[in-house]
Amino acid sequence: MIYLTLFAVFLEIGAVSFGGGYGMLPMMRDVCLSHGFLTEEQFMDFIAVAESTPGPIAVNMATFIGSSQGGVLGAFLATLGVVLPAFIIILLIAAILKNLLKYRGVQGFLSGVRPAVAALILATAVVMGLRTVLGVTTFSGGFSFNYKGLIILAVLVLVGLGSKYLLKKKASPIVMILLSAGLGMLLYGVL
Amino acid sequence: MKEKKPLPKLLSLFLSFLKIGAFTFGGGYAMIALLENEFVSRKKWLGKEEFLDMLGIGESTPGPIAVNMATFIGYKVAGVIGSLLATIAVCLPAFVIIFIISLFFDKFLSLTYVGYAFRGIQVAVVYLIGSAGVKVIKDMKKNLFSVLVASGVFVAFILLSLFAVNFSSIFYILISGVLGLILYLIGRLRAKAAPEAPEVPAVAPSTKEQGQEGGEPPSREDKV
Repeated sequence: MIYLTLFAVFLEIGAVSFGGGYGMLPMMRDVCLSHGFLTEEQFMDFIAVAESTPGPIAVNMATFIGSSQGGVLGAFLATLGVVLPAFIIILLIAAILKNLLKYRGVQGFLSGVRPAVAALILATAVVMGLRTVLGVTTFSGGFSFNYKGLIILAVLVLVGLGSKYLLKKKASPIVMILLSAGLGMLLYGVL
Repeated sequence: MKEKKPLPKLLSLFLSFLKIGAFTFGGGYAMIALLENEFVSRKKWLGKEEFLDMLGIGESTPGPIAVNMATFIGYKVAGVIGSLLATIAVCLPAFVIIFIISLFFDKFLSLTYVGYAFRGIQVAVVYLIGSAGVKVIKDMKKNLFSVLVASGVFVAFILLSLFAVNFSSIFYILISGVLGLILYLIGRLRAKAAPEAPEVPAVAPSTKEQGQEGGEPPSREDKV
């Protein structure tokens, strides 16, 4: 039953996704790939849309994935699932467990969670990059070097660094997405 | 005390979060500035300290930070009803916009040049997640334990992915959390074994004004 599955997996993601939107992406990717909801490319397309539209990334992704699997009810249940744990936990803290986060044990737990989330985000980018740019998915799979992808990545890194050190401003994600879209059309379409 | 009219306040809470949900691109950080402007500076429903306390809690609890903050602020302003309305409001614009997009997305992608554009965009997604990851690693409090956990998770995730072993990211998080907890417990046992060890105070006595929400002084680490 797809509705129950959607609700359950997003509830799980909502309950353990420390570190906000990006911290949630490694788990959403696991779920989409292992349940066969989306391919890696589709998942990345969804992220691009979630980045370019307003609202919390987690809600955008849950709605998108839910809708692709189960229409409006799927979208609703996935979103509800991803939001519910946060809602309940914060209500409990606000109303009853006011000092929950001051307990050293809880801090101890979080001291392990934080570096794990940070590493997961970076590792996810590496795995996605290996696949998109080098065509490497597994050791046993093939290897298809995508030099156009590498060019786009190099331009983005240069623009990102240039913006950071010359303009002293972080390049906005939407600018990067638009730039890469233009480069994609140019490299894959025109050349 | 003058009785405040509850309905306009609820309505105003709902509209504020609807606005924030509709106009924050890129999630987390952009929204925090908007929230502060709306509720601390303009409406004065929250004190600056109180807001920072909430932020610290929102960043240390699971779930989208926007939802954490909406639930928290909503509860502060108008109880459970307030938290429900604020949470619905902050999610509603995203839900509606994405749902509409999802109806047309496949057709849109099947246009040849849109397809090319998205091949480029996939690279941008790698870049965005990668730079977010680098930032979080940079901001991480570095000590032997956190560096070991981060490198262990990083290497294990990449190797298992390349060997096509299915291992959910959830386990990395839970295992690392339990390791952190064990480390803390060992430290406490040692402290107890040593004579004259200072007692570990779990909870600071809370005053009515501050400390009421508990929570750490806000740290922006591990947030993107």
